[in-house]
Amino acid sequence: MDLVPTPSQTAGPYFHLGMTDTRSVKCIADPQTKGERVWLACRVIDGDGVPVPDAMIEIWQANAEGKYNHPDDTQGDDTTGDDTQGKTIDSPWFGFGRMPTLEDGSCEFETIKPGRVPGPRNALQAPHLNVAIFARGMLKQLYTRMYFAGDPANSEDAVLALVPQERRESLLAQPVVSHPGHWRFDIHLQGERETVFFDV
Amino acid sequence: MGHLTNERSLAQYHRTPPGSQPPSLYEPYRATIRRSPTQPLTVLPHTLSEITGPVYGHEKIGETDNDLTRQHSGEPLGERIIVSGRVLDDNGRPVPHALIEVWQANATGRYRHKNDQHPAPLDPNFTGAGRTLTDENGSYRFVSIKPGAYPWFNHYNAWRPAHIHFSIFGRAFLTRLVTQMYFPGDPLFAFDPVFQSIPDDKARQRLISKFDLETTQPQWALGFRFDIILRGRDATPFED
Ligand SMILES: [Fe+3]
Repeated sequence: MDLVPTPSQTAGPYFHLGMTDTRSVKCIADPQTKGERVWLACRVIDGDGVPVPDAMIEIWQANAEGKYNHPDDTQGDDTTGDDTQGKTIDSPWFGFGRMPTLEDGSCEFETIKPGRVPGPRNALQAPHLNVAIFARGMLKQLYTRMYFAGDPANSEDAVLALVPQERRESLLAQPVVSHPGHWRFDIHLQGERETVFFDV
Repeated sequence: MGHLTNERSLAQYHRTPPGSQPPSLYEPYRATIRRSPTQPLTVLPHTLSEITGPVYGHEKIGETDNDLTRQHSGEPLGERIIVSGRVLDDNGRPVPHALIEVWQANATGRYRHKNDQHPAPLDPNFTGAGRTLTDENGSYRFVSIKPGAYPWFNHYNAWRPAHIHFSIFGRAFLTRLVTQMYFPGDPLFAFDPVFQSIPDDKARQRLISKFDLETTQPQWALGFRFDIILRGRDATPFED
């Protein structure tokens, strides 16, 4: 490492102009994309419990087979006969979404539930979405992950295991019982229910 | 390391040096007080989830997307500028095909945004948003007009130094960067908590573009250079 990375600065209150007025992505998965379809209702809440109306959420996720659309994800590229064999990006898939929050701090995404991708020591991670939050009043983005409450794989996920038991729930989207396929994910920037954020 | 592809190990990205990035909480910038986490962040090992990210090589870029002075029928008012530079990783290697998005106020310091109520005129010939991709060498170029300083409500008589907002997608979700480019010699630097939030003075200075006679075009526009450094990776994979 010879150079020092450029410092971050806040996206400010007018980021819509450059990033979401014409370039938001609500629908991460095309209608033809394979996988279990899910609808996510996210909300960003500040330390006073007040919804944040000028935040932006970005999402990056793997497809239903647990493969990222990225040259560094080489799963399935060769035929050595391991359990990544056959992992492909075979239906329309980019894997990126981003939305600004509304007055009530909320934004929605439509996507598919990602598959499991390898993690530390190559143990498979539980299905999760990678989440970055930008906002006025945030000098740099915060990173978190959204897991799915009730998924049996959560108990063996190496990243969830890094988080104290009592705070893990902040990383779990909760199913909306009355609407199958719909999930709720609240992001508390601080306070008693502060979401776990990651230093990546 | 065996032959099974699921035993792969991944080259880890460098962490940023202390003081080179702003903290989440910087009290002089008041809005950070209720929007910054109070618990320590959990340090993540870099898995496929972190080292991949949206790579925009094939993104469609419109003809006038990188020229903010040609997006309307007339020319915007203000000093015409050419902003160019390179996107490199911290090993000094170019980052090709990186998507850069910019947005800015017009020459009077007013944004074309419903929440900007600063009593300065909008310019019918200026939107203030653009995008481009870096080329093979990591180089990019925008044409625009110099934005004006603008007031905000952070503290009494608060004014932001003139700046252009930059959003850069590198190769990984963890190299994602949103920042601001400033102009040399701005008298407002000393009073701006957003700029001052970066602890290390050298790191702070890197957000100030350099006037550049080389890219300045006679009878047409002033050139400013702004290079952007994204986090890079170790040369060899980290075995865990
Ligand atoms: Fe601004």
